[in-house]
Amino acid sequence: MINLDMGLDPQSNMSLGEKLGQISWSLVLLITLVACVGFAMLYSAANGNFDPWATRQIMRFGVGLVVMLVVALIDIRIWLKFSYFLYGIAFFLLIVVEVMGHVGMGAQRWIDLGFMQLQPSELMKVTLVMALARYFHGATLEDSGRITFLIPALVMIIAPVCLVLLQPNLGTSLMLLMVSGAIFWLVGVRLWKFALVIGSVLAAIPIIWRFMHDYQKNRVMTFLNPENDPLGHGYHIMQSKIALGSGGMFGKGFLMGSQSHLNFLPEKQTDFIFTMLAEEMGMVGALVFLAMYTLLLVYGYVIAMRCRHQYGRLVAMGLTVNLFLYMFINIAMVMGLIPVVGVPLPLISYGGSSALTVMTGFGLLLCVHVHRDVRMSRRGMSDF
Amino acid sequence: MFNAIDRDAERQRVMNRRTLVLGGLKAAALSTLAARLYYLQVIEGDHYTTLAEDNRISLRLLAPSRGIIVDRSGVPLAVNEQNFRAVLVSERTDDVDETLDKVVKLLPISDADRRRVLRDVDRLRSFAPVTLRENLTWDQVSAIEVNLPDLPGVSIEVGQVRSYPFGEQAAHILGYVGVVSETELQNARDPLLSLPGFRIGKSGVERSHDMALRGTAGTSQLEVNAVGRVVRELARNDGQPGHQVTLTIDAKLQYYAQQRLSEHPSAAAVVLDVNTGGILALASHPSFDPNQFAMGIPQDVYDGLIKNEASPLTNKVVAGHYAPGSTFKPMTALAGLEAGVDPTHRVFCSGSYDFGGHTFHCYKKGGHGSVDMFDAIRWSCDVYFYDLSRRIGVDRIADMARRFGLGDKTGLDLPGEKGGIIPDTKWKRRTYKENWYDGETLSVAIGQGYVLATPIQLAVMCARLANGGKAVQPHLTKAVEQESAEQTNWPDIGVKPEFIQRVLAGMAGVTSAGGTAYAARITQPGMEMGGKSGTAQVRRITMAERNAGLLKAERPWKDRDNALFIAFAPVQAPKYAVAVIVEHGVAGGAVAGPIARDLLLEVQLMEAARAQQADAGTAAPADGTQTTSAPRGTPR
Repeated sequence: MINLDMGLDPQSNMSLGEKLGQISWSLVLLITLVACVGFAMLYSAANGNFDPWATRQIMRFGVGLVVMLVVALIDIRIWLKFSYFLYGIAFFLLIVVEVMGHVGMGAQRWIDLGFMQLQPSELMKVTLVMALARYFHGATLEDSGRITFLIPALVMIIAPVCLVLLQPNLGTSLMLLMVSGAIFWLVGVRLWKFALVIGSVLAAIPIIWRFMHDYQKNRVMTFLNPENDPLGHGYHIMQSKIALGSGGMFGKGFLMGSQSHLNFLPEKQTDFIFTMLAEEMGMVGALVFLAMYTLLLVYGYVIAMRCRHQYGRLVAMGLTVNLFLYMFINIAMVMGLIPVVGVPLPLISYGGSSALTVMTGFGLLLCVHVHRDVRMSRRGMSDF
Repeated sequence: MFNAIDRDAERQRVMNRRTLVLGGLKAAALSTLAARLYYLQVIEGDHYTTLAEDNRISLRLLAPSRGIIVDRSGVPLAVNEQNFRAVLVSERTDDVDETLDKVVKLLPISDADRRRVLRDVDRLRSFAPVTLRENLTWDQVSAIEVNLPDLPGVSIEVGQVRSYPFGEQAAHILGYVGVVSETELQNARDPLLSLPGFRIGKSGVERSHDMALRGTAGTSQLEVNAVGRVVRELARNDGQPGHQVTLTIDAKLQYYAQQRLSEHPSAAAVVLDVNTGGILALASHPSFDPNQFAMGIPQDVYDGLIKNEASPLTNKVVAGHYAPGSTFKPMTALAGLEAGVDPTHRVFCSGSYDFGGHTFHCYKKGGHGSVDMFDAIRWSCDVYFYDLSRRIGVDRIADMARRFGLGDKTGLDLPGEKGGIIPDTKWKRRTYKENWYDGETLSVAIGQGYVLATPIQLAVMCARLANGGKAVQPHLTKAVEQESAEQTNWPDIGVKPEFIQRVLAGMAGVTSAGGTAYAARITQPGMEMGGKSGTAQVRRITMAERNAGLLKAERPWKDRDNALFIAFAPVQAPKYAVAVIVEHGVAGGAVAGPIARDLLLEVQLMEAARAQQADAGTAAPADGTQTTSAPRGTPR
């Protein structure tokens, strides 16, 4: 294919300064603001101490900011070019973790890199979006309508989902499935095909149930009837609801959350951090926080809509859906709306891998924004 | 190329449409979260706030300090002492065994205790203190305190333990405290009882006044975390310490009485104020050390007390059943007077009395000769009372005895009191479904046969005689806190004063020349006593023994007669009454009499000394010299 617009593309060869100027600094500010809420919560979770969580999280965020900007400034065509490659690395690491886990480390989800614990399933959340975006970048609507064209993409999705399920990590595998579903939806896959897949999955539930781990079964059962098991799996969610509910309209005040500070709240620094926020800041504070998060999502949408290439649109939308799913699953979980499925709250929860993944994701989002008008062929790199 | 752009445009249109659908779904999901927040935090907010408070606040009971017990002048009889305990918090030490090894060098801890400690360490939460040893001496406390840096996890806690300064000397009055039993826990609603280590009154005044002494529980609102560890105290209400109970007892007299009884293997004595009914001394020998009970008595010591045939745990004053013997004769005499018998009527005592084919003996073999009522009382002539009872019948005697407090519990404020038996025709029919035999009346007349009384009943009887027929009731409580519990205007029994005066005169004769207890008289002027001796058979003496002239003192101790004595003093306007029993003491006048005498003399001397001291205090209030207590005459 001959690219007639090549010389007209205003963004093909931007200087570093131009790129920095293109970065949406208001989004960076918003991200920092949300992250600061997280620092405050970690400070509170440690009973008003920077140790052990807040300081380390701030340092990670600093590193994350740099990573984010670097990712944003790299030419998006390079990301397009390396999408499959990066996906391949993440997939390989999933297999490594799986094998190592079976060789005597139990249900291991991490790879120790020395300076941090890398969780390949977190990496997969970003690289799967990139790989699918690349796969659908050159695809027409007709392509997306053909089942034969969809099969390679389905394989790309199902292979890592199966590995993550084996870890076992139900939350992440569901997130991977839903993000992929969103991308399929966006590229024009017909609704009835979704209905077909969902229908057959529902039909397969009894079989899946049989292959589920006992603790996963327990979680589902506990979710369906939490009072049944007040001291086991239901305990966390009950205490979480008590903490949240007792926050009331305006909350108990910063550092005053009795539930969290007296350790009734489990994992208050990671998965249950939103509960502490709602306990101390009340409904008003929680809604303000949700609004900030929604604004992040709106940024994602705007960036996707403004982008002039399919790869950027899909990456931006995929990452936004990802962010939304993180947030929704986490908050719905601590509110007792869905089962407890260990998903962190991005930018808030204490943790290395998720912070890095989330910041890389924001970097890619910014990158899409910086390179929104770049003209790209189906292969991307041919434009260089 | 246009085709490509068209395709892209079409693709983007589809995508934008679908993006909106996706956005709509997200908006719906976010609204769900917001609605859920509203539901949990606003609608259900109060409910969850309550749950959070329940989580957070743990209400703990604080044991109030037990009220102290003092004697009539404020001398402490039961107090609380600090109880130092060594405790171990297992989470503060890395090696419980090693710490225990170090502690053992400072305090002896038995292997059994060590096993208990290790078991508790496993069983309890790691921050809960485990008691290593209680009741540490001050030296032990110091040894631990000095070595604390070397004893990780060990600390000293202070609690309270009941202490009885008079020990054995007042054990039967005070009783003791002990841990709450399972049944007591189920029957009572006081939450204090469920406190670990809480002790309640198990006998004596500790038990009869347990409610007043106990006090009310304090509470401490503690903030606790999820594993129950206390973070801080939010509020505290110390509760009400127990009331002070003031007894009518005089500690000095009590001590003296208990000492005096200890010369005999088994004995009991009680001193009453005849006007108020207040008990000044109540002694039962042998006794026990209530301090051992308060601290948890060792099993072997307890077994020793249970097996002792002199039953040290029984308060014989209120729970000892004895045939009153001749001390009962004033009742028979009074019944006779009320029935119209002429006190000057004389009966000839030949040493025995024949009735219904049986021979009833007088204790004096040769007989007393011709005796009137006065002589009969002071000589304790059995034949006179046989004859008298024949004329008036058992029912009149029983009625008189009951009016004087015999036959039933006196209503004393001490647990474990037993009634007694005053038989009459109705009683016999009810109990044995048999008619009364006239011969049995003769036994009753001299306080034998079915008649059974407790020393406190005999003392009450004596007091009611001495005060001229007022139905005084015995009691130990002078006041609870400041509230006086004493009653003085007792109802009248309804016996003519002149009758009582006649009997009292006879009893005064007992300790005068020719009386059975002349040797036990009080010689101090104005303090003289009147009384009545009694020697009661424990076992029926067989004819063979009587004929063989077996000396009473040669019989086995358990078979010897009980020695009793009741007395009052001073003879003019009596104030005090006393009843004494020396089990198997053989001779009432010679063995129990001197004890009664000593007690009455002691109480009067003490009163005189107090009066003198009070006079001295008012006569010379400002001269600065200390008034020394008046010299106290020693008895005998």
